[in-house]
Amino acid sequence: MSHAPAALETSTGLDNRKLLMWLFLASECLLFGSLIGAYLLYRGQSVVGPYPEELFDIPFTSVSAFVLLMSSVTMVLALAAIQRGDQKGLRIWLLGTALLGLLFLSGQAFEFTEFNREGLSLSSNLFGTTFYVLTGFHGAHVTVGVLILLSLLVMALRGRLTQGQSMNVELAGLYWHFVDVVWIVIFTLVYLIQP
Amino acid sequence: MTLAESRGIKGPTEREAPAEHVGKRAHPGPVEYIKIGSILAVITAVEVGIYYVEAIEDALVPILIALSALKFSLVVMWFMHLKFDSRVFSWLLAGGLALIGLLLVVVLSTLGGGLV
Repeated sequence: MSHAPAALETSTGLDNRKLLMWLFLASECLLFGSLIGAYLLYRGQSVVGPYPEELFDIPFTSVSAFVLLMSSVTMVLALAAIQRGDQKGLRIWLLGTALLGLLFLSGQAFEFTEFNREGLSLSSNLFGTTFYVLTGFHGAHVTVGVLILLSLLVMALRGRLTQGQSMNVELAGLYWHFVDVVWIVIFTLVYLIQP
Repeated sequence: MTLAESRGIKGPTEREAPAEHVGKRAHPGPVEYIKIGSILAVITAVEVGIYYVEAIEDALVPILIALSALKFSLVVMWFMHLKFDSRVFSWLLAGGLALIGLLLVVVLSTLGGGLV
């Protein structure tokens, strides 16, 4: 059963939840911008190894970047599905997005393990500190995103996520796409552009 | 007749301008989303491909930044619907990006560091 849209009048004419999400994302720009700035500031300053060029596996990270990018496509397909009342499509695309997110996280866990095996820890050098903090914070955000997606999936499976509640999926999507664009920047500035 | 109707109070569905309709155009459909996703995949492939081309080593950084900016724009405009939603959301994102851009310029120019 679908419900009527839950939109209510606001003084701005905008949905307050969406406005709040965009305010939150604007503040997240400052968080990730600061972490990226710290990485750039200390890039090439490590006096002991291991160094990035010894560790980075560009083909592997490219696949991870591709996986996260495609998860954004499945996320918007989930939104399109709920907006047209397609419950089956919603469930499939939400599950697909969560699985792609988990695949990305698995890749990051593998990468961290490999780097650690090569001797890079949080305290081994400036590269280790700035790299792990930046990509670790991003990974934490992806983890939160996956939990949100799985919560939405459970709601959808129980029939508690109806066409009239599509804003819930749209808000989760905004967060998920933001995590994706942050990785677009990290992939270029950290992995592809090296001193 | 409900109590609200008897008092002449309109429900949310009868109101003239419900929230989220200010400056909003219809969101794209699955076909457009898949097209944008395909473009993003191609750009990522190009990024990785040119990373290995030694002949353009000098121009690599500006090209990679341009491609990254293009991917960023496509995601925020189409997937995050800034192209279709109220300009207020665009200004919020632009504000956050402008602030961090200013901070990066000040910090990196004062303390050193940079892209290469």
